[in-house]
Amino acid sequence: MVPLSWYLIFSAALFSIGLFGVLARKNAVAILMGVELMLNSVNVNLVAFWRYRTPEGIAGQAFAVIVFAVAAAEVAVGLALIISIYRRRNTVVADEIDLLKF
Amino acid sequence: MSTEILIWLIPLPPLLAFFIIMLFTNRSNALSHTIAVGSVLLSWLGSMLVFWRAFQASHLGEQPFQSSIDWLPLSNSAFRIGILIDPLSAVTLFFVAWTILMIFLYSVGYHNFGQPVGDRDRPGLPPHGATITDDKGHRHQVPSIEPMYARFFAFIGLFAFGMYALVVSDNLLTLFVGWEIMGLCSYLLIGFWYGKPSARAAMVKAFITTRVGDVFMLLGIAYLYSATGTLNFREIFNNPEVLSRLAETTSGFLGLSAAGLIGILLFFGTIGKSAQWPLHVWLPDAMEGPTPVSAMIHAATMVSAGVYMVVRIFPLLSAGMEHGSLTTPMTLMAFFGAFSALFAASIALAQNDIKRVLAYSTISQLGYMIAALGIGAYVAAAFHLVTHAFFKALLFLGSGSVIHGMEHGVLHTGAYIDPQDMFNMGGLKKKMPVTFWTFLIGGFALSGFPLVTAGFWSKDEILADAFGHGQWAVFITLAAAAILTAFYTMRQITLTFLGEARTETALHARETPWTMTTPLVILAVFAVAAGWTGIPEHFPAIGGLVQNWFHSFVGSTLSEEPGTLAFNAIPLLTSLVVALGGLAAGWLTYRQVQAGAPDPIQKPLGPVYSLLKNKYYFDELYDFLFVRPAYWIAETFTYYWLDRGLIDGILHAAAEFAWRLGSFFRNYIDKPVVNGSGDFVANSVKRIGQTLRVIQTGRVQQYMLLGLITIAAFGALFYYLMVFQP
Repeated sequence: MVPLSWYLIFSAALFSIGLFGVLARKNAVAILMGVELMLNSVNVNLVAFWRYRTPEGIAGQAFAVIVFAVAAAEVAVGLALIISIYRRRNTVVADEIDLLKF
Repeated sequence: MSTEILIWLIPLPPLLAFFIIMLFTNRSNALSHTIAVGSVLLSWLGSMLVFWRAFQASHLGEQPFQSSIDWLPLSNSAFRIGILIDPLSAVTLFFVAWTILMIFLYSVGYHNFGQPVGDRDRPGLPPHGATITDDKGHRHQVPSIEPMYARFFAFIGLFAFGMYALVVSDNLLTLFVGWEIMGLCSYLLIGFWYGKPSARAAMVKAFITTRVGDVFMLLGIAYLYSATGTLNFREIFNNPEVLSRLAETTSGFLGLSAAGLIGILLFFGTIGKSAQWPLHVWLPDAMEGPTPVSAMIHAATMVSAGVYMVVRIFPLLSAGMEHGSLTTPMTLMAFFGAFSALFAASIALAQNDIKRVLAYSTISQLGYMIAALGIGAYVAAAFHLVTHAFFKALLFLGSGSVIHGMEHGVLHTGAYIDPQDMFNMGGLKKKMPVTFWTFLIGGFALSGFPLVTAGFWSKDEILADAFGHGQWAVFITLAAAAILTAFYTMRQITLTFLGEARTETALHARETPWTMTTPLVILAVFAVAAGWTGIPEHFPAIGGLVQNWFHSFVGSTLSEEPGTLAFNAIPLLTSLVVALGGLAAGWLTYRQVQAGAPDPIQKPLGPVYSLLKNKYYFDELYDFLFVRPAYWIAETFTYYWLDRGLIDGILHAAAEFAWRLGSFFRNYIDKPVVNGSGDFVANSVKRIGQTLRVIQTGRVQQYMLLGLITIAAFGALFYYLMVFQP
């Protein structure tokens, strides 16, 4: 059986890639995709820990399903925001959307 | 109802009327005068009933109607107030009730009740007349109603209360209260037309001048109370023990006895109230008030109250009198009275204002009474007090009627002339017959026309007393005053009523309404009949036909009844000669005065005339001696020194100190400490904000990075703490 740590290493790597995407990409859609990567890495973690530690319950699976649902909703809202911003400002570059600065 | 309770009630209706009119009915003229006249009618009824019972009572002198109650509690006793009707107050009540009732009735007509409201009348000024249009379209000027009609009746109601209270009171304290209420009403009514500067000046003058006398009177009352422990008339004046004790005690002031000093102090009150020289100056100016006021307050009742008071305290004044020699207060009274009588009569010679002549005449006649009292002629003084009240009220009301008729002429012709100047009149006999005949009766009574008039009997009695007591100086002075009185009275009657009209206005004068003439007729009856009560028994021919009721009645007020004098022809001849001679001389001098001509006595008298005309320059003298120094003292000491120097100085110093203290706090505490710390907090916050604002880039990714770094840092910290547990 594949040891648990492999999953965890994979998940950490996926999370880091997602995080990098969120922090470094300019395109807001790409940032949203980074967020999805991070959420999925968490899902991997959740399922891996369920399988290796508490296979008798279903809390881990259920949790993962909820994360899917939240992620879907988040994407729906996020994309809608991005489209709305694009319509107003003609850009999806995160650095140019800086209305909150002083 | 018992007589005592009735006497208690006599003064109250006018007081009630005053409050009702003032508080409730002052908007309705008809209601107000109905209440006022009704109230004095009640008082009159009560007074007549009381007088009748007093008249019928036997030994009223020893057993007067009296009752009293505690009023103002003191430490171990109390001031008592009460009522007393002895013979003296009974006759006073009689003439007071009659004159007050007549004058109230007269006021209704005098203030033009029933006439339209004036075109340009304003409260505080006499009515100017109203324009009406009759059926044919002609426009007429008619008299207009007094703008403050109800107010007038309220004031004279209060006055009537004061007078009644004074008459029925049984002690000096309530007498003084009534006395001062009348002083207040006199002030209010002289200044009734307060829009006129002259009326305002006159009201202040009257109030302050009489106050001078009243202060001394109050001192006298206080001294009397401290010396005897009571102010009740009967307990002092009908108690020989108290009187002799007072006469024997020395006061320590100019060698006077206590009785003498008290008498003199109280007499000063009379000098002020009865306008005797040297405090006479206010009474002529008081003629600024409406004529009913002049008649009631300044002729018949209030100024008579001054004489009533000295008649009342006569036993005190004469206490310690040795046979034939006068006490100090009596000597003073004889001097002041006789001097005022002659002095005022001489001024009256040269006055042209019909009311001013009467004002000086009043001073003169009151001087007669005081001089009579000064020589011990107690009954004669009281007798003249009564008769004078009737005929002088009659004369004043008659003069008011004349002025009213003349004002009618002024409105008719539209020419502005002084309706009170006798040189503008003449020939009013045909225009105003009732006024003429009644005025003639009053004038003859004043000058002492023999046998028929009341003034003759009372004046003759005074002269006879002066002669009989051997007071030659007083006798001659009074006789001289009497001849002047007859002369100026005839001058007045001739100039006003006889001859031809000297102005267009006098041609158009008109008789006054019945409300004014009825009181004249009634008072004229008394001006004649009042004298018959006091015909001396030893008088030739008619003496003894009518009992000398007045002498025995009023004389019984004193513990020792005064004796009657034997008849002597000299004073009788004197009074005949002075009265008839003065009247004849007056008629001869003035019967043919042409319009615009000067006074016929101006030329023969020369500079004396202008001296008389200007009232011996007493107003100017008092202005120089008292008024201006008072103003100067007020300005220099009170205004410049006290007010501006001392009080303002203290205030300014306090303000300066407070200002400096405030500056110190501001510059050394408020600004550096309080403001400094406040500003420091604000500035610090501002600086921190400025420093930290650079991290607010608006870039989401940077925020996130920052958050990540923070979490990482905290994570590292917790890891360090948990794993290594230092």
